[in-house]
Amino acid sequence: MIADLLILACVGIGLLFNTLGIIGILRFPDVYTRLHAETKTTTFGTIFLAAAVVVYGVSRLLESGDGQYLTLSVHTVVALLALAVTNATGAHAIARAAHRSGQAPSPAVIDRYLEEEA
Amino acid sequence: MIPFIATALVAFVLYLILTAGSGSFGLWSPVELGMGVLVSCVTAAISRSFFISDTGYRMANPLRWVRFAVYICVPFFLEMARANLDVAYRVITGNIRPGIVRIAPGLKTDFGVLMLANSITLTPGTLTVGVDEATNDLFVHMIHIGMGDEKKEIFESADLFSIFPLTDWIRRIAE
Repeated sequence: MIADLLILACVGIGLLFNTLGIIGILRFPDVYTRLHAETKTTTFGTIFLAAAVVVYGVSRLLESGDGQYLTLSVHTVVALLALAVTNATGAHAIARAAHRSGQAPSPAVIDRYLEEEA
Repeated sequence: MIPFIATALVAFVLYLILTAGSGSFGLWSPVELGMGVLVSCVTAAISRSFFISDTGYRMANPLRWVRFAVYICVPFFLEMARANLDVAYRVITGNIRPGIVRIAPGLKTDFGVLMLANSITLTPGTLTVGVDEATNDLFVHMIHIGMGDEKKEIFESADLFSIFPLTDWIRRIAE
């Protein structure tokens, strides 16, 4: 019962943040600000979706003692770690590639990186 | 030889974590244990020179791993939660003032710079765009720069994180 409520809360928060990430892609003006919305609010939302899976796995494990639920929970945590690291690295790679190919941040109040490259 | 053994051990532990709950021999089945030894030896033979690249075995100290786990669970997670609420607010209101600033965290090792860059990228509102390889300075795209702050030559890393001094945490973990 408590587990069900927890799962529901986690899924709710996760979907809320993922939705905000998508709205951010549509609203923000340039590639960098869109990357902010897209890669990070979605990582945070996915943490909660993964937490929901872990709570489900642990509650079923305590109920039935079946080893497959332990595997489910552990694999979800590993997938989450992989997602967090690759998401950050991928966002950095896209931002750097965009900047090197001359995509200036617009609007921007300042661009120290451009001064460095020049 | 030591890089091979260390890489094989880490790979084997990772394999054990992934296959936990597969059988009766402890948490694992004997077949999985045998396969784990085989696969981790192959992994170590291929990747030992990537996994352990610089001399010195700082990261073999278990205290650093404990600090790393605490870092992920408490300061980093809270910082990420606060920053996510901030970006959620900016998505809804559209109140942004973006720009790329330079920060000088003063980290010396590659691993430390990698951790800080990833931490900056994962806390929303900040995104690492580039690295000055000579000084290990980072160029960070911020979604909202405070009024007048763009005149500063170099940002303090404390300006990026409001609750915890994440740079100091990373220095204690990686250096």
